Amino acid sequence: MTTFLDPVQIGAPPNVNDPMVVMQGVNHFFGKGNLRKQILFEIDLTLNKGEVVILKGPSGSGKTTLLTLMGGLRSAQTGSLKVFGQELVEAKKTQLIKIRRHVGYIFQAHNLLESLTARQNVQMAVELHNHYNSQQAKQKAIAMLESVGLGDHIDYHPHNLSGGQKQRVAIARALVSHPKMILADEPTAALDSKSGHDVVELMRTLAREQGSTILIVTHDNRILDVADRIIELEDGRLC
Amino acid sequence: MKIPLAWHQLFHEKMRLLAAIAGIAFADVLIFMQLGFKNALFDSAISIPKSLQGDIFILSNQTDTFVNPTPFAARRLYQIMGKEDVEKISSLYIDVSLWKNPETRDTRQVYVMGFNPVFNVVDLEGVSDNLDIIKRPDVFIFDRKSRPEFGPITDWFLEGKTVKTEVGNRKIEIGGLFSLGSSFGADGTIISSDLNFFRLYPNRSKGLIDVGIIQLKPGVDANQMATLIREELAAGGDVQVFTKEELINYELNYWQTSTNIGFIFGLGTAMGFVVGTVIVYQILYTDVSDHLPEYATLKAIGYGDNYLLGVVFQEALLLALIGFLPSFGLGIILYSNTTKATGLALIMTAGRALTVLTMTVVMCCISGAIAVGRLRAADPADIF
Repeated sequence: MTTFLDPVQIGAPPNVNDPMVVMQGVNHFFGKGNLRKQILFEIDLTLNKGEVVILKGPSGSGKTTLLTLMGGLRSAQTGSLKVFGQELVEAKKTQLIKIRRHVGYIFQAHNLLESLTARQNVQMAVELHNHYNSQQAKQKAIAMLESVGLGDHIDYHPHNLSGGQKQRVAIARALVSHPKMILADEPTAALDSKSGHDVVELMRTLAREQGSTILIVTHDNRILDVADRIIELEDGRLC
Repeated sequence: MKIPLAWHQLFHEKMRLLAAIAGIAFADVLIFMQLGFKNALFDSAISIPKSLQGDIFILSNQTDTFVNPTPFAARRLYQIMGKEDVEKISSLYIDVSLWKNPETRDTRQVYVMGFNPVFNVVDLEGVSDNLDIIKRPDVFIFDRKSRPEFGPITDWFLEGKTVKTEVGNRKIEIGGLFSLGSSFGADGTIISSDLNFFRLYPNRSKGLIDVGIIQLKPGVDANQMATLIREELAAGGDVQVFTKEELINYELNYWQTSTNIGFIFGLGTAMGFVVGTVIVYQILYTDVSDHLPEYATLKAIGYGDNYLLGVVFQEALLLALIGFLPSFGLGIILYSNTTKATGLALIMTAGRALTVLTMTVVMCCISGAIAVGRLRAADPADIF
């Protein structure tokens, strides 16, 4: 394994006493006035350090909303939502942006910048953290791509990569700055079953090495086996 | 150095970049041509007053422009001659006549100037060398930059042929060439002595002149002297007095205020500007729209709004610079071709290049400012 990864947490079991996310009585509403509609009801949820959690549920059950709240992509409205110990209900936008920098996102679509090579796409995430010079940032990006098995594709543009390879670049981008938490929204939706499973397995292995918590939103039953815990959401309620 | 995202976004899609450059270059060339024409027309309009050798000038009260001066009594000029500080006075006669193209026999209006060749008052290239030649009866010198409709006069003359033609009802000979250039008032110009001038206009009174030119003794202040002369001639109420600078401004002012030239070319410039703005806006808006999920992802991983605003404005500035360069080159080529074709002197000056570059940058920034509105749609929460 390459040396930049934090060696301490390899294979370590989930640490129950170190919560990354604590949600208590979170409700969320969309719309205003007569069109106001409640999406999430009284959600109580804790994600512990190093845990791999799969969140499943039918379409429209509020899975993605829950995920965007935890990642600071959406402002939390009521209840209490603590991420890395910081309260996000009524948090300022700059606080949300800070939280985002410690979260790695993997989306259904890879959303790579078509104009940049695989290495540059990953490097964009490194550059958010000012303590690296450009040479170091480049080295980190290359090392990360090597660890997702794309060491010989670092100078490819996304349109020259397969769906699975693009998703692996997206994983490299999400993991390169050692996020405390990884949020994945339907990461296998655009992939066949083999590469879908490979991608999730890779995510889990790398996240374990870094000690990151993972939350995967999916209704792909083929990947349920990677989870430490499976939670289900239906009509905005945990069950 | 961080990854120059704006640069990559622009250069990734070559066809779109090419379209953008072509659009901006088109707008800039349009602006260059409008500014060029405007300045060339104004420059050509003042080329005659600019060339006159004198400190103080007298025109009839009714003269608005050198194109069509009203004559006034030469007496008024002689009144000044006795003054202590006056070195010399000269008269300039201006009129138009019909020129017959010696090749096709077609006629065309020609601008005719005459003065006493003992002393040259018209500082144009070629005039002072030919002062002896225009003393010969019915010999004129011809503006080599006159429009081609006047006939191949310059070529014939340089080949050594005797060039003879008719002006008005009189046979004349071309004995030399000078260089002035066409303007609003004149497509072609000929100059000769005052005697030859009056031979063309036998009915014209010899006591009337079109421009009175006064040269002062060295060291005399022209402004003070002009004020004195103005007072002295005020009683007559038939003439106006100018210093050289005032004379040039008087002529320029006529063309700026009494004609639509400034407005027309100003409008043309504004149109170029608007076309450029729309094109750049279109390019930037499409860029943002096409990359919304990607920009939203950048926001999701922790890039702020300012970073993305920066990307759009950097793209705008890059477009401005790389769109300007070809237009600068094209502008120079078009200027020289237009100068050849029209005789109007279109010159690429550093100042004008800078003006257009500034306009391009402003144009692109306006477009950028409108296009960033689209970035608001790049909300990571709504896209995923």
